[in-house]
Amino acid sequence: MAHLSPQNRAKAEAVVALYPRQRSALIPLCHLAQAQDGWLTEEAMEDIAGLLGCTPAEVRGTASFYDMLHTEPVGRHVVTVCTNIACMLAGAYEVLDHAEASLGISVGQTTSDGEFTLEEAECLAGCDHAPCVQVNSRFFGPVDPEGFDALTQDLRAGRLEETVPAHGILSRVERSVVLPAREASSQAPSGPPPGGAKAPGTVAE
Amino acid sequence: MITTAPRIVTSRVGLADSFTLERYLATGGYEGLRKAVSMAPADVAAEVNKASLLGRGGAGFPAGRKWSMLRKAATTYLVVNGDESEPATFKDHMLIENDPHQIIEGTAIAAYATGVAQAFIYCRGEFALGFERLQQACNEAYAYGALGADVLGSGYALDIVIHPGAGAYICGEETALLESLEGKRGFPRIKPPYFPAAVGLYGEPTVVNNVETVSSLPWIVTHGGDAFAALGEGSSTGTRLFALSGRVERPGCFEIEMSKTTFRDLIFDPSLGGGIPGRKELRAFIPGGVSSPWFGPEQLDLGLNQEAVGQAGSMLGSGSVVVMDSDTCPVRAAWRIARFFNRESCGQCTPCREGSGWIEKIMHRLENGLGREEDIALVLDACDNISPGLTWPPKQTTICVFGPSIPPSIVSVAKMFPDELLVHVKEGGCPFPADVVRRG
Repeated sequence: MAHLSPQNRAKAEAVVALYPRQRSALIPLCHLAQAQDGWLTEEAMEDIAGLLGCTPAEVRGTASFYDMLHTEPVGRHVVTVCTNIACMLAGAYEVLDHAEASLGISVGQTTSDGEFTLEEAECLAGCDHAPCVQVNSRFFGPVDPEGFDALTQDLRAGRLEETVPAHGILSRVERSVVLPAREASSQAPSGPPPGGAKAPGTVAE
Repeated sequence: MITTAPRIVTSRVGLADSFTLERYLATGGYEGLRKAVSMAPADVAAEVNKASLLGRGGAGFPAGRKWSMLRKAATTYLVVNGDESEPATFKDHMLIENDPHQIIEGTAIAAYATGVAQAFIYCRGEFALGFERLQQACNEAYAYGALGADVLGSGYALDIVIHPGAGAYICGEETALLESLEGKRGFPRIKPPYFPAAVGLYGEPTVVNNVETVSSLPWIVTHGGDAFAALGEGSSTGTRLFALSGRVERPGCFEIEMSKTTFRDLIFDPSLGGGIPGRKELRAFIPGGVSSPWFGPEQLDLGLNQEAVGQAGSMLGSGSVVVMDSDTCPVRAAWRIARFFNRESCGQCTPCREGSGWIEKIMHRLENGLGREEDIALVLDACDNISPGLTWPPKQTTICVFGPSIPPSIVSVAKMFPDELLVHVKEGGCPFPADVVRRG
């Protein structure tokens, strides 16, 4: 907990290497820290700052701009109900009201058992399944009040672990290569590539 | 009219394994890139110019012209914008989940045509499944040889990095997207310079293209720009994705030949929207994302054509159409849109940061029966501070177009539904049946 584990630190270094400037890795590294702890701890932000050559305040200052980066602890499942126009027209506010009553918390709060944090979202681009709900950034919909209860029961019982990983895990697929094109160009002599006039050039009008 | 135009970007949508490399290769995948790298880059760009492909992100800027503006420099970048967040827009989400290889291939074609060796695909953070599929497709594309030091044996070298966002609407604005990709808060940059093609990522010349735009490229290269331009009419060529939602029987994402099909077709045709549930009447519709002025029944027969919709006083924007029926309260709809803008304003510019809050509060009290008659003039005045004159296209007092995107829905309600607004004041509440309205 808290500080990046040696394994995650190695992963973080590999991510930093993907970018021409290390600061670009800030958001990916915040996701990595959240995958480890479920939220962004003070210690993780210090580690990220160290890896990026900036200050912890700069990490926090950037992270606090983004809805998905949590600088406070959240539940194992972050449940996000969209109430924007398309979902509202399909009854999203009834779903959100029901969610508050059913979970016994208000928007922005976490259940005392640490299972659920409830959020109201802006459009999640799931309007063809309105009202749509996300759990840890995985889509469900259309969700009505009864469907919401069934969903939270399934989550509590661990029946959706395959589709909904624990909060903070954005991607279960990792990049398998570094930057072969850049490596090749830094080793090869400059000039057109062997084999002909296919070097990329600038574009004519 | 519903035409039999080919499905250019959705040909694999509906196949259970549409996102896999096997399915992609079995259905012509990477043939466009193979053809592209056998041509001179300038010739690839010429095909895209011939196609007259308009950018599909919202502004509708010609893609070929955007490429040609790329300033010559030792280091240039391509960034593909997959941060789709405009309310009721869900076409890029669909493409990212269903056909990630097509995006990789299109990105590679765009990079080759513009002479770029490093590209980024910025994927909205909330699209976790989509991100996984894009990352998987990227890994597979390297293994297949479509990316890397020797793209399909051509000698051309290209790296693509899939970059996750973290939840901020404004990062869809291209200069905010670049700030975000640089690891900063997503604050749009002050213009000029107007185009990232001059000063972009890390200050280097950068092409920024939308996911749907690059998804069209494999087909354009394979079939030729003329074949694409033969579809549609005028400057609105090819097919385009329209995301239909709200009070319709069949909300969804439809690929439609531009210009030929009308809003009426899109909303009512049984093969598309299928009409309004319960045979209710159409009250209004949003033609191109929540930044666009609304239309009423009298505009239903307009073609899905960028120019025609512009001349009628709105825009096709992001291609998202929201239908409101006779049970929909237009005041509540406009309030919710204002609430969205208030929550997502990045806060840099005073007219937008403060104005969006005032507009949301006034609309909320009007909707909930706490408004006064003079609030109607007051909310329009707050809009006027953000976009002087409340013209279309809008003027702006802010760094980016987010600010002037706030007034159109409010102005639409004031113009189209003045009686409904007044009823809210006189009757002290919303006269429409519907869902609960919450605090602002």
